[in-house]
Amino acid sequence: MVVSAEHIKDKLTKELGATHVDVEDTSSNRCAASFKVLVVSPQFEGKQLLQRHRMVNTCLAEELKEIHAFEQKTLTPEQWEKQKSQ
Amino acid sequence: LCAAADIQKDLGEMVKKDKVVVFMKGTPAQPMCGFSNAVVQILRMHGVDDYAAYNVLEDQDLRQGVKVFSNWPTIPQVYFNGEFLGGCDILLQMHQNGDLVEELKKLGIKS
Repeated sequence: MVVSAEHIKDKLTKELGATHVDVEDTSSNRCAASFKVLVVSPQFEGKQLLQRHRMVNTCLAEELKEIHAFEQKTLTPEQWEKQKSQ
Repeated sequence: LCAAADIQKDLGEMVKKDKVVVFMKGTPAQPMCGFSNAVVQILRMHGVDDYAAYNVLEDQDLRQGVKVFSNWPTIPQVYFNGEFLGGCDILLQMHQNGDLVEELKKLGIKS
């Protein structure tokens, strides 16, 4: 499986109900497929950071087998609005 | 299969043996990956010098085993008091929002 930024974005949007997803392909800095994602989803509300990251990991479990490095940031829509206004 | 069961049991003991346990690529003196290095630097910033670090590059069974043990797909992995805390992103965010100081306080470590 070849993992693309587009594929990751589609999957997170569909399966985590993400309202905003940024996917940066950081492969060029490293030796293999690498991505940095920002996920904004109302499903993260009331969840600890670890739980949120686990949700993303579970969603992308198949893809992560092919990915060398993966960075993530998980925000609720409220946190995202606050961050944008800063 | 037997070896896989053994490593899960070993890991259960390894994470409880020390207050702070890190599974990383390389060693604190010589990290072999930027993400592992970030964890080492964050701990250093908080004055955490006394922790157990295991180099997964030296042991493929450990490298795969710890992913199963924590149900977490990437390295580095950080444990406080036998509990999985997270990877590099989580440690960094906890460092930035002040939660890390609180967690270290619970361990009796003043940062």
